[in-house]
Amino acid sequence: MNDAITRDTIVPDTTPRPDPRPDPRPDPIGNFLEQDYSAGFVTDIETDTVPKGLSEDVVRMISARKGEPPFLLEWRLAAYRNWLTMSSPQWAQVSFPEIDYQDIVYYSAPKSKKDGPQSLDDVDPELLRTFEKLGVPLHERARLAGVAVDAVFDSVSVGTTFKKELGEHGIIFCSFSEAVKDHPELIKKYLGTVVPPGDNYYAALNSAVFSDGSFVFIPKGVKCPMELSTYFRINARDTGQFERTLIIAEEGASVSYLEGCTAPMRDENQLHAAVVELIALDDAKIKYSTVQNWYPGDKDGKGGIYNFVTKRGDCRGARSHISWTQVETGSAITWKYPSVILRGDDSVGDFHSVALSNHRQQADTGTKMIHMGRNTRSTILSKGISAGRGSNTFRGLVRVGPKAEGARNYTQCDSLLIGDRCAAHTFPTVEVRNPSARVEHEATTSRIGEDQLFYAMQRGISAEDAVSMIVNGFCREVFKELPMEFAVEAQKLLGVSLEGSIG
Amino acid sequence: MLEINNLQASVEGKSILKGLDLKVGNGEVHAIMGPNGSGKSTLAQVLAGRDTFQVEGGSVSWDGQDLLAMPAEERARAGLFLAFQYPVEIPGVSNAYFLKAAVNAVRRHRQLPEFDAFDFLARVKAEMKAVGMSEEFLYRSVNEGFSGGEKKRNEMLQMSLLEPKLAILDETDSGLDIDALKIVAEGVNRLRSPERSLIVITHYQRLLDYIVPDQVHVLSKGRIVRSGGRELALELEEHGYGWIGDTGEVPRAPAGAAS
Ligand SMILES: Nc1ncnc2c1ncn2[C@@H]1O[C@H](COP(=O)(O)OP(=O)(O)O)[C@@H](O)[C@H]1O
Ligand SMILES: [Mg+2]
Repeated sequence: MNDAITRDTIVPDTTPRPDPRPDPRPDPIGNFLEQDYSAGFVTDIETDTVPKGLSEDVVRMISARKGEPPFLLEWRLAAYRNWLTMSSPQWAQVSFPEIDYQDIVYYSAPKSKKDGPQSLDDVDPELLRTFEKLGVPLHERARLAGVAVDAVFDSVSVGTTFKKELGEHGIIFCSFSEAVKDHPELIKKYLGTVVPPGDNYYAALNSAVFSDGSFVFIPKGVKCPMELSTYFRINARDTGQFERTLIIAEEGASVSYLEGCTAPMRDENQLHAAVVELIALDDAKIKYSTVQNWYPGDKDGKGGIYNFVTKRGDCRGARSHISWTQVETGSAITWKYPSVILRGDDSVGDFHSVALSNHRQQADTGTKMIHMGRNTRSTILSKGISAGRGSNTFRGLVRVGPKAEGARNYTQCDSLLIGDRCAAHTFPTVEVRNPSARVEHEATTSRIGEDQLFYAMQRGISAEDAVSMIVNGFCREVFKELPMEFAVEAQKLLGVSLEGSIG
Repeated sequence: MLEINNLQASVEGKSILKGLDLKVGNGEVHAIMGPNGSGKSTLAQVLAGRDTFQVEGGSVSWDGQDLLAMPAEERARAGLFLAFQYPVEIPGVSNAYFLKAAVNAVRRHRQLPEFDAFDFLARVKAEMKAVGMSEEFLYRSVNEGFSGGEKKRNEMLQMSLLEPKLAILDETDSGLDIDALKIVAEGVNRLRSPERSLIVITHYQRLLDYIVPDQVHVLSKGRIVRSGGRELALELEEHGYGWIGDTGEVPRAPAGAAS
């Protein structure tokens, strides 16, 4: 069976039941999910905004605003022309009205000094207050110990902490725009090499109009001495956020990077279409963690962020290691599949995910592990939680190429249902073209039952505490992959996101 | 003091308890016996506040409070404990974590300081020894993969940790070997005190060799049809439940046709 493709699709599918009659009984699970989205405030600040709509002129305008070199403008324009020929993907298990791409603002920046803040002291105090309110203090005295932060507000980075300290190790951690100015050779060398501009509809859109994002470069042999973190905040109305993150770890380098995000509560949907590229050379290790808390919309499904993101890591070197950990609690719709291309021999890819969808949220997420090198290994651990009328879909692709002698994959995919109006779908796909490969898959679906809640309540434990106990137990294996400081945060966030889910 | 008057309850539209009366004084142990399906577990769950069972009428007063008006977790915190006939599995939640949360919820309610991890472990380990459970069970998920007997011991462990004022044991003895049965009986007997009331639901009289009840009641078709002393249990054992009519009368001419 040398080159034969074995395809094996297991579909334990729990489809939603038809909307039942209103249930007159008191419902302990139901009263639990009604908590407010605490990051939902709006910052009142003057902005520099390009007019709504998308055209070559808008692309040129964005590039000009950022003072970009010609090669980048050409790159953007090529992506834009490519995008015009593409259509949006229809295969995901999500539904939403057609997006009007002419009704979106593609660039919005807080008005400040022309070239952006030179240091944190120049940053508008209103912005600093915003991030402080979100638990991300940027000021020297209040900074998170051991974590360097790049704060992105709408389309631009407002500041990066610990730059100098990191610089002493030769580490570059700055906004993408700064990297374009200060390190164009690195951008030219690596940009688009993992996610090509024409990769998919949203990646093409992002490549044409991306505004800012973070750039990380860890030179050969350097272990980054602190966590790096980017905090994304969408503030302006009708604005899409298209950021671009590029992380490069040279030979033997290692870094742990965390991304967090929030947005105000607005009745309109807002589009977030980011691209993240990770490159690990020989013996390098990149650990990328996301705690995604974009505004999910209200409990009836009004408003919320459409989160259509392309994230991909390239284990380019031998023995390199890329690990994605994500806790996805926000967004009205999530469409994202952080993937790893295991090109180098003996390279390792991990995907650890908790995805929660409550109320009317739809999450279609998963991963792709593409085994190309010999003895490459990957692990997929996915925990999906559906509550209310949420719908959660896991899509996993494991592909073992003909040269991937001795490749191994282990996939575990668990779904937890809270209440009986939510849904979970699992679509694992395996394509093996090398007979020595070993691919294992396990899947479970469980439901938090009324009997479990009653048992806990009979012991004096409230239904809310019982649910969070069960949910935390369910997610433990993933939480322990998060950097310490954020594991606690993620646990809290999950509790908040579940409020009102019992019912 | 627990006083149940004319209690009627249904599940999924089906009437199960049809006017049940029962009084259990402080310090007393009452046994409830009856054939399968007579409503014993329904009574236990209604008293514990499970809302899948609907109370259709009657009243329950407990130490002067309206028990039926209290939410389930309030009843538990106030000292009502139910040992489940079928203890529930909670995957992913360790027994230790669950027990500590329960004990502290009850302690908060009683305005006692919460146990920290050290106090709690010392306490729970001592109680585990008493019910014959090894410490490994602390770190396993609640009831998950426990044998029938291990689940029942875990119920007894929780009972002794929570020190209830009113404990209801729903067929805790079913499926236990004689050693396990003795452990359950010891647990109950240790709990016996002038302030506490106990209701022991059992299908077999053999448990009553070890727990001597103040009164025995026979439940049939949703009503208490007979009440008496310990000897009633022996009588039931001799004649079987088949002799219990709707009124609880034991027919004049026994044996005969049936045997
Ligand atoms: N959740 C339920 N749904 C439907 N019927 C039930 C339910 N629970 C109990 N019953 C029914 O109620 C009756 C009494 O059951 P139960 O109280 O468990 O009896 P016992 O404990 O005396 O054996 C039985 O006919 C049983 O089938
Ligand atoms: Mg029963």
